[in-house]
Amino acid sequence: MATQQATTTGGSDFLSNLGRIYGFYTGGFVAFVLLLAVLEIIGVPNKILGYLFVFFTLAVYAIIGVLSRTAQVSEYYVAGRSVPAFYNGMATGADWMSAASFVGMAGTLFLLGYDGLAWVLGWTGGFVLVSILIGPYLRKFGAYTVPDFLSFRYGGNFARALGVIVLVACSFTYVTAQIYGTGIIASRFLGMQFEIAVFAGLVGILVCSMLGGMRAVTWTQVAQYIVLIIAYLTPIVILSTKIYGIPIPQLTYGHAIADITAREQEMLANGLAAAASLKPHIQPFINYSPLNFFAIILCMMVGTASLPHILMRYFTTPSVREARQSVAWSLLFIFLLYFSAPAYAAFSKLEVYTNIIGRDLSAIRPWLFNWGELGLIQICGKNAVNIDAVIAACKAVAGHPGVVRLQDFVINTDVIVLSTPEIAGLPYVISGLVAAGGLAAALSTADGLLLAIANALSHDVYYKMIDPNAPTARRLIVARVLLLIVAVVAAATAATKPGDILAMVGWAFSLAMAGNFPALVMGVWWKRTTSTGAVCGIIAGFGLCLFYLVTTRYFPGAGVKYFGMTSLLNPATGAPLVDIAKAMALPNAMESWPTLAHPLANKVGWFNLSNIACGLLGAPFGFAVIIIVSLLGRAPSREMQAYVDEIRKPRGRTVLEEKTT
Amino acid sequence: MPDSHNLREREEAHWRKTSRLMLINLGIWFLFGYVIHMFVVPLNTIKLPILGFPLGFYMAAQGSLIAFVVILFVFARQQDRIDREFGFAEDDQEG
Repeated sequence: MATQQATTTGGSDFLSNLGRIYGFYTGGFVAFVLLLAVLEIIGVPNKILGYLFVFFTLAVYAIIGVLSRTAQVSEYYVAGRSVPAFYNGMATGADWMSAASFVGMAGTLFLLGYDGLAWVLGWTGGFVLVSILIGPYLRKFGAYTVPDFLSFRYGGNFARALGVIVLVACSFTYVTAQIYGTGIIASRFLGMQFEIAVFAGLVGILVCSMLGGMRAVTWTQVAQYIVLIIAYLTPIVILSTKIYGIPIPQLTYGHAIADITAREQEMLANGLAAAASLKPHIQPFINYSPLNFFAIILCMMVGTASLPHILMRYFTTPSVREARQSVAWSLLFIFLLYFSAPAYAAFSKLEVYTNIIGRDLSAIRPWLFNWGELGLIQICGKNAVNIDAVIAACKAVAGHPGVVRLQDFVINTDVIVLSTPEIAGLPYVISGLVAAGGLAAALSTADGLLLAIANALSHDVYYKMIDPNAPTARRLIVARVLLLIVAVVAAATAATKPGDILAMVGWAFSLAMAGNFPALVMGVWWKRTTSTGAVCGIIAGFGLCLFYLVTTRYFPGAGVKYFGMTSLLNPATGAPLVDIAKAMALPNAMESWPTLAHPLANKVGWFNLSNIACGLLGAPFGFAVIIIVSLLGRAPSREMQAYVDEIRKPRGRTVLEEKTT
Repeated sequence: MPDSHNLREREEAHWRKTSRLMLINLGIWFLFGYVIHMFVVPLNTIKLPILGFPLGFYMAAQGSLIAFVVILFVFARQQDRIDREFGFAEDDQEG
């Protein structure tokens, strides 16, 4: 038996017709959008259009989820290892791109200019590491989960338990942020109350993953990718055509950047912008120091290659060869969105700089009042609800010249993508499309993450550690019950609107990098790695990263007093962010679990390293510990070394054979 | 046992080539992920013809991303060729 046969149960018909099915689906979706456009012309109110968008797309995902239900273990955990490279690439794209990518990325680039590109680079380049160092080897190994591999390679359940801890630590905060994102989008577009919207989003997530596990999540993610990429590209393609006559915004925004740069000079010369409030769009290293810029890129890249919900997507391909091809397709599909985000940022910035800044207060364009009402755009320190409110607010500012200055204008970064249809003067149906796309991005990522957590708990903790004799039916029931519990806990957490939630997504990458990366890479690439070495390396790397995060954020006073931390530096001026001596003299200096307003929170550290990049401390430490401890011990058994040889060759049986009863 | 000896040699040669391919690709990845962006300030003085982007900005926003995609497609082919050369590739009919 040279090849691994795909266990198909009535699924082969579906698999051989994938192109036709998803082609038909895409056509149907476009027709649906056109139908709604007609309804809008007839005069159907916007709110109804919004509801139609959300409910139609949710219904489609639910139908796919129900049709993909399964009672087979390998279908539930790895979609029967039968997903072709191309479609697995699309599913990974949707899995990868979260609400933060869809809604937040362009806004970050708007605010940070060049420095924001650290996130674009970091969230794409990591797939090179996935393909070259880890993904295909784990596919050959035949794991269901990442802890499966750690347990087999590193001598049992202790390594497995560590893997589960790392997995839950980096996935749970991440999934909470996604559910939070669905709540924000649903409440903004449907006018639902935030808490209700969170639980409505939860239902959308559960119908996709409850019945069919990985199989259902895979095929809904493909559908979600199609919706999200159409939604992301449509407004900006139209905008580019309108302004420059060429429907490729990724090429035309170069001119927008040149215009922005010219306008920046002009605003400074006219006194429309104070030098302190203007951050030139293309100037590097004014928001992040060079160290932090490159540290963020590295941590996001290596974190990509260590995040369990991404790695497990490559367990579903029919072969190792297709796993590699699939990583390439994944990045191509992700690239389509990420190389468009800077165009969004540039067009929005040009609009703001030319049509808002420097305008007489009475001539402000009306699109921004919709967002002002939601508290997302402020002018002169007050929500920009209407012209009168803006004029009144600016009159209250001493010496205000009567035109909007750059320092008067504050915009929430989420608005950039969401408002582009209005800036371009497009009908509401396009705004609804964008909302549906954002929802698809949040739902698909939440699905993948929830499944990763629930699988680790049901497969690794319950089946492998608690009851290895559990019959298949009970394993699948346990998996579903745990999925439900994790989902409800995550939604309940999201409903409390925790303050650090968005920062925690960044932390997840560093934690995954410090905890998983050294052990996974060394397990494949260095046969001499011993169980003790790897276990010590995981604890050391993950522990150091977690310590740095928790201390700098939650115990900054103790960090200064006992661990020699100093103030981070302002990247533009090089001056310390806080006067440590002064802050330490304050009565609340040693406070634990302070709010973000605490003078020291997130502002102290070692080597001027931001805590988002704590993986830069943890991962090298993890590697060093693995190497030193491994060399001190006896080499792994011949048998284990032979297994590593097996993993390295695509041909042949998987190392881990699951009994399929 | 000449056969198992032969297998051992093939495995080692296969892994040597695979490791070399890994190092080369990581080198290119490092170049596009980091080295180029260290020179963003001088690169920004160069304007791309027609498109109008400053080159340093363009590399971070698009150039390096395109390079990553190309690396991945080329790598998948190169690694497959190595696997086939040593008889360790999977059979073709599946998928």
